[in-house]
Amino acid sequence: MSLNDILDSLFPTGHAVAVANSVITGQAQTAHCPVAVLGTTDAAAIDHAMALALSAFILDTVERHPGRPLVFLVDTCGQALSRSQELLCLNGSLAHLAQCVDLARRQGHASLSLVTANAVSGGFLSFGLMADQAYALADAQVRVMDLRAMSRVTKIAHERLVELAAASPIFAPGAENYRRMGGIEAIWPTPSAERLAGALVAAGQAGPAGDRRMASGQRRGGRQLAAAIAEAVHHAAAGA
Amino acid sequence: METLEFRFASHPAGPAADPALCGVVGSGNLEILIRAGDDPAACQLSIKTSARGFGDTWRAVLGDFAAAHAAGGTTVAINDMGATPAVVTLRLAQALAEYQGGAQ
Amino acid sequence: MNAPLANRKSWFEATARARIGGLLDAGSFVEFLQPAASQPSPHLAQLDLPGAFDDGVVVGCGRLEKMPIFVIAQEGQFIGGSVGEIHGAKIVGTLRRAVEEKPAAVLFLIDSGGVRLHEANAGLIAISEIMRAVLDARAAGVPVVALVGGSCGAFGGMGIVAKLCSGIVISEEGRLALSGPEVIETVMGVEEFDAKDRALVWRVTGGKHRYLMGDCALLVDDDLAAFRSGAAEFLTGWREAGPSLAALRSSQQALENRLAAYATYRDGLDVWAALGVAQPDSVPLLDSDRLVALKKGLPT
Repeated sequence: MSLNDILDSLFPTGHAVAVANSVITGQAQTAHCPVAVLGTTDAAAIDHAMALALSAFILDTVERHPGRPLVFLVDTCGQALSRSQELLCLNGSLAHLAQCVDLARRQGHASLSLVTANAVSGGFLSFGLMADQAYALADAQVRVMDLRAMSRVTKIAHERLVELAAASPIFAPGAENYRRMGGIEAIWPTPSAERLAGALVAAGQAGPAGDRRMASGQRRGGRQLAAAIAEAVHHAAAGA
Repeated sequence: METLEFRFASHPAGPAADPALCGVVGSGNLEILIRAGDDPAACQLSIKTSARGFGDTWRAVLGDFAAAHAAGGTTVAINDMGATPAVVTLRLAQALAEYQGGAQ
Repeated sequence: MNAPLANRKSWFEATARARIGGLLDAGSFVEFLQPAASQPSPHLAQLDLPGAFDDGVVVGCGRLEKMPIFVIAQEGQFIGGSVGEIHGAKIVGTLRRAVEEKPAAVLFLIDSGGVRLHEANAGLIAISEIMRAVLDARAAGVPVVALVGGSCGAFGGMGIVAKLCSGIVISEEGRLALSGPEVIETVMGVEEFDAKDRALVWRVTGGKHRYLMGDCALLVDDDLAAFRSGAAEFLTGWREAGPSLAALRSSQQALENRLAAYATYRDGLDVWAALGVAQPDSVPLLDSDRLVALKKGLPT
């Protein structure tokens, strides 16, 4: 599905969104309110310039449109793999972007992300997963690494990984696995204005409630340990 | 991975207040957790090791440990990433000393 | 100050527990969720791999020069300090506890390649939760200080986490980046990044480079006592300001300026020369005190 088709489906009443250097920025109208739209397209490998374009747009939104919701469209194959990018501390620019999303949340901007095609590792961490809630289109790819590469690195046979992946959502790629683990709120069969409107209301409530992904992962049976462990650490008697 | 269980008669260890942990599960290394067991005249050991087929070696090394030290009344849990017998022997002695309040 | 070499205890070589022992006031450490009360990762067992009782991270509270602090210490020797489900949840639980109990600081001893591939989805989401929890602790007024000097450095998602902290104390041996040089070499080719060229790897990702560029607050020797005094020194001069548009605007400008000035460089030597270092070749040879003096003398 092309970016324009996605935008037309999400914002049938209108959108003015530009794409430059694979970075999406612009404004759109929903039934309830105007929203700021930003993200990446063409499976962008996020580099300093893209991260800083996104962070600048978020800061502009916080300054000029207090409270306006943020809609992230996520299509990233991860971070740019380059020596010159690492030389300038690429993790620092991604952290800056994450801090800008965090600032927007604290200043009352609801945020949600929609994975339109690909969401991989560092690119996903820096903004898609920083939103109040994340969603994915049904055919989206969400992963850290594909199973063949994972097999090479972990030295575990590929067939074994495929077999275990059928039984457990813990490591295998897939948006549904991320939903079961609590990282993605829901999967959308198609992009639609109705789904977006409902999700924006939910995000507005989720932001102030804090990070509830562990509880979601536990409820959905995908992440059965994390919530109890965090709770045990949180409330362990000091000295026990 | 292979899971092994052993139980050896051993002179009673002195009483200890807290469990003790020694070592790290890194390449060629292992971690040992010692805590109180229920039989004061025996040392109960369970091992999870990444290296298969070394059960006899483990039996010999751990048997020597139980004979040479007063380790009765303890339960020992080991996570191993291919430590040599010498490293296992060293870590067991360190862990027992720490369990009984000795310096690290 | 440099301790005589013979008296140093290497941070790089120490285990997570030994680092805590050298960092905190003697006898003050109390562990949350002790190994005997914990279980190794069942996900590793399912893949036929031995786990660790603490899942590769030690969390607890103690004192640093009498100040009450929390500590999180990753064990780089256990699967590269990688973040799995239990490992991540222990870190998140500690940071959330800090929001309520408000210790003087959380000391975050990062030694990690990032996500544990064996638990990749749990690890990625956990790192996202850690990112938000670090920012929540800081917004509650609790400084989070990253200490980086272990064999695994701070890479992948943990490189991002390090840069979300109030400041980073790093040693020359410490490394801080996003993608590991091996990953870049594997995907992009050896001419892009030769991961076996150790000197080059350190000129691109190492502690001295990050300190000279201003990405780390303090450079210390590879010594437990040096990290201890470095952490205390950082906290003495630090007040945690809440997140603000003005502060992030200022960071944005600095990052944009830096990108405009240095985007084409591919080696620390070139950036250091552009920063005004008269003899860039000498940087790898300087001890940490002399490098700190060199940075203080640079034009700003």
